[in-house]
Amino acid sequence: MILNQFLILAAVLFCIGIYGVLVRRNGVLVLMSIELMLNAVNLNLIAFSAYLKDTSGQIFVLFVITIAAAEVGVGLAIILLLFRNFRSPDLDQAQQLKG
Amino acid sequence: MVAQNVAFWIIAIAMVLSAIGVVRTSNVVHAALYLVIVLAGAAAQYILLAAEFVAWVQVLIYIGAVVILFLFGIMLTRSPMGDLDLDNSQRMPAFVASLALVGTLTALLVDAFGNSKVVIDAPTKTSVLSSDIFRLYIVPFEAVSILLLAALVGAIVLARRD
Repeated sequence: MILNQFLILAAVLFCIGIYGVLVRRNGVLVLMSIELMLNAVNLNLIAFSAYLKDTSGQIFVLFVITIAAAEVGVGLAIILLLFRNFRSPDLDQAQQLKG
Repeated sequence: MVAQNVAFWIIAIAMVLSAIGVVRTSNVVHAALYLVIVLAGAAAQYILLAAEFVAWVQVLIYIGAVVILFLFGIMLTRSPMGDLDLDNSQRMPAFVASLALVGTLTALLVDAFGNSKVVIDAPTKTSVLSSDIFRLYIVPFEAVSILLLAALVGAIVLARRD
């Protein structure tokens, strides 16, 4: 296996995640796209960990997974609040701060 | 090595197609189920790279906990279930932007790493990982546990009704 096949797979997944974040209106789907991007980064870290024979990459992935779990918890709470205030999970409606 | 490459390509194609499904499907629950395939594929790639502990953590936390959290989020926000348009009007610019980014990244990676091989001798032992965490990375570990606690308390404070 060459290193680049993992890195390019991760790059493709990351860019699909970016597309999702830019295009989706539903807040839950935006969070899912963010998870795609975090997973792409994790795949990068594991690939480099195997390439350099250094376990630091795997430990970083464990930290990233923990922080992703925290992020999903807080993010869903924010989207729940948004839903309560606007009666819809549509992020485009939250534009009261727009000048 | 050949078997590993075949496995890599099968999993990679499944992952990319499901990731496209996550950002393209018009049903929110289907997006969550496609996300499960991507996450399971990532776990399989970790096993291919001999990181078995991380692979099981991925299965337990992502597929076990985060996806359930997403399904709860879909349920509580009563996201529309029918075939509705879930996208805004930025499809074309977003497509161009992500395509440009993937092109740039691929060119950069090919230039930087070329044909560097990943040679895997033996799976990473969980004992090595744990002694690293509790020796070298003990301060970040404690910090991340406080962060998790703060995030969960914050989520409860945000979401509770009073």
